Amino acid sequence: MQSKTEIGYNSKIEGDVVHTRLDAALNWFRKNSLWPMPMGLACCAIELMAAGASRFDISRFGSEVMRFSPRQSDVMIVAGTVTYKMALAVKRIYDQMAEPKWVIAMGACASTGGMYRSYAVLQGVDRIIPVDVYVAGCPPRPEALLDALLRLQKKVAKEPVVENLTIAAPFKKVA
Amino acid sequence: MSSLDQANKLRAQFGEILSESIEFRGEITLKLSDANRIAEVCEFAKKSLGFDYLVDISSVDNYGDDPRFTIVYELYSYGHRTHLRLKTDVGEERSELPTVTGVWKTADWHEREIYDMMGVRFGGHPDLRRILMWEGYPHFPLRKDFPLAGKPTEMPDIAFSRPAPLEGGPFVTVPGGKDTLAREPRVRIPEEDSLETNARLERRPEIKEAHIDPNHISRP
Amino acid sequence: MPTVQEMQIGDAAARIQRVAAATDELSDIEGEKMVLNMGPSHPSTHGVLRIVLELDGEIITKATPDVGYLHRGDEKIAENMTYTQFIPYTDRLDYLAPLANNVAYALAVEKLMGIEKQLPPRCQYIRVICCELARISAHLLGVGAFAMDVGAMTVFLHTFYEREKIYNLCESLTGARFTTSYTRIGGLSRDLPPGWVEQCRKFCDEVVVNFNETEKLLTRNRIFVDRTKDVGVLPKDVAIDYGITGPNLRGSGIEYDLRKAHPYLVYDQLEFDVPVGSVGDCYDRYLVRMEEMRQSVRILKQCLKKLPDGPVNIPDGKTVLPAKNKVLTSMEELIHQFILVTQGMNAPAGEIYFGAENPKGELGFYINSKGGGTPHRLKIRGPSFVNLSVLPRLLPGHMMSDVVAILGSIDFVMGECDR
Repeated sequence: MQSKTEIGYNSKIEGDVVHTRLDAALNWFRKNSLWPMPMGLACCAIELMAAGASRFDISRFGSEVMRFSPRQSDVMIVAGTVTYKMALAVKRIYDQMAEPKWVIAMGACASTGGMYRSYAVLQGVDRIIPVDVYVAGCPPRPEALLDALLRLQKKVAKEPVVENLTIAAPFKKVA
Repeated sequence: MSSLDQANKLRAQFGEILSESIEFRGEITLKLSDANRIAEVCEFAKKSLGFDYLVDISSVDNYGDDPRFTIVYELYSYGHRTHLRLKTDVGEERSELPTVTGVWKTADWHEREIYDMMGVRFGGHPDLRRILMWEGYPHFPLRKDFPLAGKPTEMPDIAFSRPAPLEGGPFVTVPGGKDTLAREPRVRIPEEDSLETNARLERRPEIKEAHIDPNHISRP
Repeated sequence: MPTVQEMQIGDAAARIQRVAAATDELSDIEGEKMVLNMGPSHPSTHGVLRIVLELDGEIITKATPDVGYLHRGDEKIAENMTYTQFIPYTDRLDYLAPLANNVAYALAVEKLMGIEKQLPPRCQYIRVICCELARISAHLLGVGAFAMDVGAMTVFLHTFYEREKIYNLCESLTGARFTTSYTRIGGLSRDLPPGWVEQCRKFCDEVVVNFNETEKLLTRNRIFVDRTKDVGVLPKDVAIDYGITGPNLRGSGIEYDLRKAHPYLVYDQLEFDVPVGSVGDCYDRYLVRMEEMRQSVRILKQCLKKLPDGPVNIPDGKTVLPAKNKVLTSMEELIHQFILVTQGMNAPAGEIYFGAENPKGELGFYINSKGGGTPHRLKIRGPSFVNLSVLPRLLPGHMMSDVVAILGSIDFVMGECDR
């Protein structure tokens, strides 16, 4: 059975017990509690803050706290222009994040360098770290960022979690 | 006291190293011919004329002219509410002039930025190192012969840089050329995307030759 | 009936002395100084600033700021763009108050071209309205982020609520929530939409309620006052020597506001006061910002009442894009449109400096032009760049947790600092 499914649950039929695959359950837990690590560098950071404020509440979608610590976060939202001076710091912070981790490149500057085609700007953060979702806009509206978060959630729902888990010690059959 | 009075007092004190006051759009500019005396002139301006606020220090690259760099000091006096501009030229071989951090502390960071962007050194500066680019970056970005796209550099563990894909842009016609063909944006060669005005090409034949002969080494 | 009592707060130096005296028995243990890196990515929402701190226990002995993590090469880009093409880059300088940057840049180029006296009065009033809205927006975020860093997190959400109203106004006026690119050389990109003036008036009334709430939460709050009073004292002569401008300068007691000293636009016809602090500590700077916002509302109300009718652009085909219906039918307008878009307006040769009173300080543009549509050199004097240079003088002697309060009260923006 190779198909990966979401959780289907009807309380009238199943009552208090949910039958599902481990993949689907783990993905459901992960996607509904993606804690962002805001790499707020420039103007997009203001829209990121606006997305976290009360009008476009990002915590409705599970991103309850903006954890500024990479060890405690799941998704890094690169918001703003990444300059060459800052590039290796961003890479180091990405390396410190624990698996599983995802990246949203928010705004034109993070996706491709934006309108700053100059000697000091990294032309897209995907030159140093792998990006999952790009958000267009300069700056993107907070609704666009929330849409990106929902797309990321759909992407997370399809991940093959159990296949990626490694076993530390082999199973010993009890004779 | 108006700016013109203050400018005249400054000229009276320092004589002929200061030029005539140039007025443009209500601002007075004085040109200092000897860059080594800039600290003295600024000290006098602060102590005796009351210019206690240094607004800005800028640097201009006159690529193709000699002396190459012009350093521009904007002074302001809170007491008299007057503004004055002092300009001085620095050649490329020496590219050094005394610092004015002894007069105004704010000159510290402005001069570091000019060193970083243009490569002009300031003698006597307490801590002259790069401020906007990283330590060890080998080029001076705001010089006219440095392309907008940048040059590749590599400093492992600190920073790297690659040229940005300009694709022949930015698409702005070059001002000052003889005719529409000379003003076309693509007349600028992308690798040497520094020489803006064709008028400069006319004045410096070796630069013009560099455009025609790729093996030519231009020595400004 | 509770009585009003003055709060007794000793000054910071005395407090530190008392603590040091109490732990005197540890003073014979000589330790090394610790070097702490407050890195470019840190939780206060002030952008990418790196400070290398040398600490002796909890007290800072040396602070070295490291800027340049947001240096995008604006000045080099400006040498390759026409004056109008550079307007979007000016939005992103102080990205908390983009309208103010747009107005400052447009005024600088108009000073170079010599046309600033020809601006129609409607255009000038609308530009003042934009500047003051930007000032309220920037100070709201400054105070909100400052309060959040110091610990009062509710204030942040309150101020963002009001900023969303300003974003609504900007969106209906310019099309974008912020990064507006609203002004053009010689005028504005478009006139006010219908109904905007009433919306703005309603906003003025509502925002004052929010100011009162914020003041109730912060101004006499024992914790906030303890954290900010006598912290980061900036004496007058130091402020002038280091070139500090804006609310930081006024917090130290120097009454200097470019809108009053060298009025531009219609500021000389408007009545407003300039708040000035007395001591120069973080608390004073916070109070100056709160009062400046109230004065901005006062200016807004006057402008909305006095707003005249008329055109918003200078009627000169060589500077301002002509009307589209004329462009498509008449030859002369077509030529003007073509030349303005491809080559830009023909600026005279010469150099000017223009400084405007931005929310963070004096934003100055030095333009050196050799004729033609692109500048030979455009230098941006960012107020945050200069305000940050005082940190090595201001931080030593304070404790580690005061650093956050001082940074919040200086209220800098890295977009302006690094350009």
